Amino acid sequence: MRALASALLLLATQATGAEYLPLPGGTFASVLPADAKDADVIVLPFRLRTEPVTNAEFLAFVNAHVEWRRDHVASVFAEARYLSHWQSADALGANALPAQPVIQVSWFAAQAYCESEHARLPTWSEWEFAAAADATRSDARKDPAWREQILSWYSRPSGTALANVGGPANFYGVRDVHGLIWEWVDDFNALLVASDSRDQNDPDRLKFCGAGALNLRDRENYAVLMRVAMLSSLKAADTTNNIGFRCAMPAEAPR
Amino acid sequence: MKLSMFSSLLLLTLPFSCCGLAAEAAAPSAASTYVPGDFGPPRGDPIKAFLTSPPHVPAPTYRNYPAKVVVELEVIEKEMPISEGVTYTFWTFGGTVPGSFIRVRQGDTVEFHLKNNPNNKMPHNIDLHGVTGPGGGAASSFTAPGHESQFTFKALNQGIYVYHCATAPVGMHVGNGMYGLILIEPPEGLPPVDHEYYVMQGDFYTTGKYREKGLQPFDMEKAIDEKPTYVLFNGAEGSLTGDKALTAKTNETVRLFIGNGGPNLVSSFHVIGEIFDRVQQEGGTRIQENVQTTLIPAGGAAIVEFHTQVPGSYVLVDHSIFRAFNKGALAILKVDGPEDKTIYSGKEVDSVYLGDRSAPNLAAVTQATKAAAAGKLTKDEQIKAGQQLFAGTCSVCHQANGAGVPGVFPPLAKSSLLAAEPKRPIDIVLHGLTGKVTVNAQDYNSVMPPMTQLNDDEIANILTFVLNSWGNPGGRVEADEVAKVRAQPAAKPAAAH
Repeated sequence: MRALASALLLLATQATGAEYLPLPGGTFASVLPADAKDADVIVLPFRLRTEPVTNAEFLAFVNAHVEWRRDHVASVFAEARYLSHWQSADALGANALPAQPVIQVSWFAAQAYCESEHARLPTWSEWEFAAAADATRSDARKDPAWREQILSWYSRPSGTALANVGGPANFYGVRDVHGLIWEWVDDFNALLVASDSRDQNDPDRLKFCGAGALNLRDRENYAVLMRVAMLSSLKAADTTNNIGFRCAMPAEAPR
Repeated sequence: MKLSMFSSLLLLTLPFSCCGLAAEAAAPSAASTYVPGDFGPPRGDPIKAFLTSPPHVPAPTYRNYPAKVVVELEVIEKEMPISEGVTYTFWTFGGTVPGSFIRVRQGDTVEFHLKNNPNNKMPHNIDLHGVTGPGGGAASSFTAPGHESQFTFKALNQGIYVYHCATAPVGMHVGNGMYGLILIEPPEGLPPVDHEYYVMQGDFYTTGKYREKGLQPFDMEKAIDEKPTYVLFNGAEGSLTGDKALTAKTNETVRLFIGNGGPNLVSSFHVIGEIFDRVQQEGGTRIQENVQTTLIPAGGAAIVEFHTQVPGSYVLVDHSIFRAFNKGALAILKVDGPEDKTIYSGKEVDSVYLGDRSAPNLAAVTQATKAAAAGKLTKDEQIKAGQQLFAGTCSVCHQANGAGVPGVFPPLAKSSLLAAEPKRPIDIVLHGLTGKVTVNAQDYNSVMPPMTQLNDDEIANILTFVLNSWGNPGGRVEADEVAKVRAQPAAKPAAAH
């Protein structure tokens, strides 16, 4: 059954060669509780791209969809530094190796790419669900070693070349969730860590959009919290030196 | 930062001659309600603030009217040394820990630009304690890498204020070095002094032990437990020692802007051998006089001033004293100038005082003295006696294990100097050593006074002990060798400084 599903899946995405693997979902203790207090979130079964999108893959995309080339893109969809590390609008050059993850991409561009794979960006909950795993366990978040791995990436200065995608697979067979790049998620702008992180109980928080009421459940889990803080500092047209993405799809209908 | 009368006059007159602005009225004319510290709308052309890296402080504003001051501060995440052979990825305001010093005048309108370097990984913001408004600017300055935020505030309250990053997790951002000081001068300016310096304490938490080599990551557990690996002035061990020591001459006035970034510890700030003539405790307006040690809260600052009378090295410490000698909270102010024996004599008398505990302690010394008198002193007896004497006289600076204090007191353990010139210490002990000396590839530039209170036998025993300890080459120093050197004048320093 599972093998059949995988085979069908491979057929579906053969155009780019991207591999998507099924994740079971379930109730999940997110750092952002569902009711802003302590309720678990429910993650439906979904499929996740095993690797972040690479420069080579994104180059193929912009060549096929020229409206996403950096010299064509509308400025409301991508700021000036969009793909600025590429040698030109249609060539990668020395600062963007084909197998490195693509960075300097806006949320709009990431979403458009995923649509080209008949997919979408994962939600925060989906991404966090996949990222809770280590090599052998579906939820390794209580293990200090899991946290150390994330933190060691934070304490490594930027500016050095990114590694190629294809790091070790985690429990679900997903790679490079930690230690390579930040990743866009579909609902990044609903996470809203308050811009001043110390006013979590301020009544003013309701003046922000509804999701602003979301509170952080697990303050100890600051390593993941920092990813939320990063995403919430961005606008959808923004790009940074460290942000890339991967895509997700709904689970296949049972046959 | 020497302020000659001429330059102060010149600078004071410039704003008038170029802009033709009159001094401000006592109270704002347009405001409907009186706000203390609000001297009305900014006047003249906007001024770009000149920021300085620690330990330097920007020159006074020399202004008598409220201006619009533009501050541009860039957040840079970078790997820098935290101790000898140890690096750490600091998050900085302006590329240094502490961050750039900002100096404005009360009543100024400050247009603040916070830039987050595109190569950074993290979003950042800034909370200035000198800002009146929610979050001290934090809510208005949350900035993603490669972006810039702008907000404007009026500096209503004079004083010395901490600024810091307030992005989640706040403790980690502060613990990585994201703090600095902003001085809001009183309208009339601060009284002129000869030197102004900028020193800020911070505690640091690394996964490795104190001085464990290599790039050390941040350790959240230690930070939560408030058990720092390092407690430092200006972000690195040795940042203010040796060639980088603060300097002054005798008969000068020194003003220190002392901040404490934390994130956890409160500082018991003290300068060994000085008394603070004036302290603005907690950075407030009232002046306390004749203070030995002033408490600086985490997220607080003080202005201390003192007059220098006696030349020598003055050690700045956190007087929670293990932090100074075991975690790095140590800096040097080097005062040059002529001695004034009426204020401080140096050592006048050293006579033997044998208390109750002398018998077991100095048994080996007594034994050596007897053996020497009988002409039968062995090297082994010398080493044992020297060990006792070393503990009493030398270990205070060079440490009981001979390791010294990096940048301050040279090591005697595995010493390159001893290996190269095993007999040179005779001269150093007898005549002292002033100026630069290089030991184990590190430069030292301080003062060791002559140890003339020690007799020839004692010096011979101490040096024999040192030569036969801690991986030094061995050998023996005899009392008559010491006597010969004592009769000679002091050797010229090998490298004059």
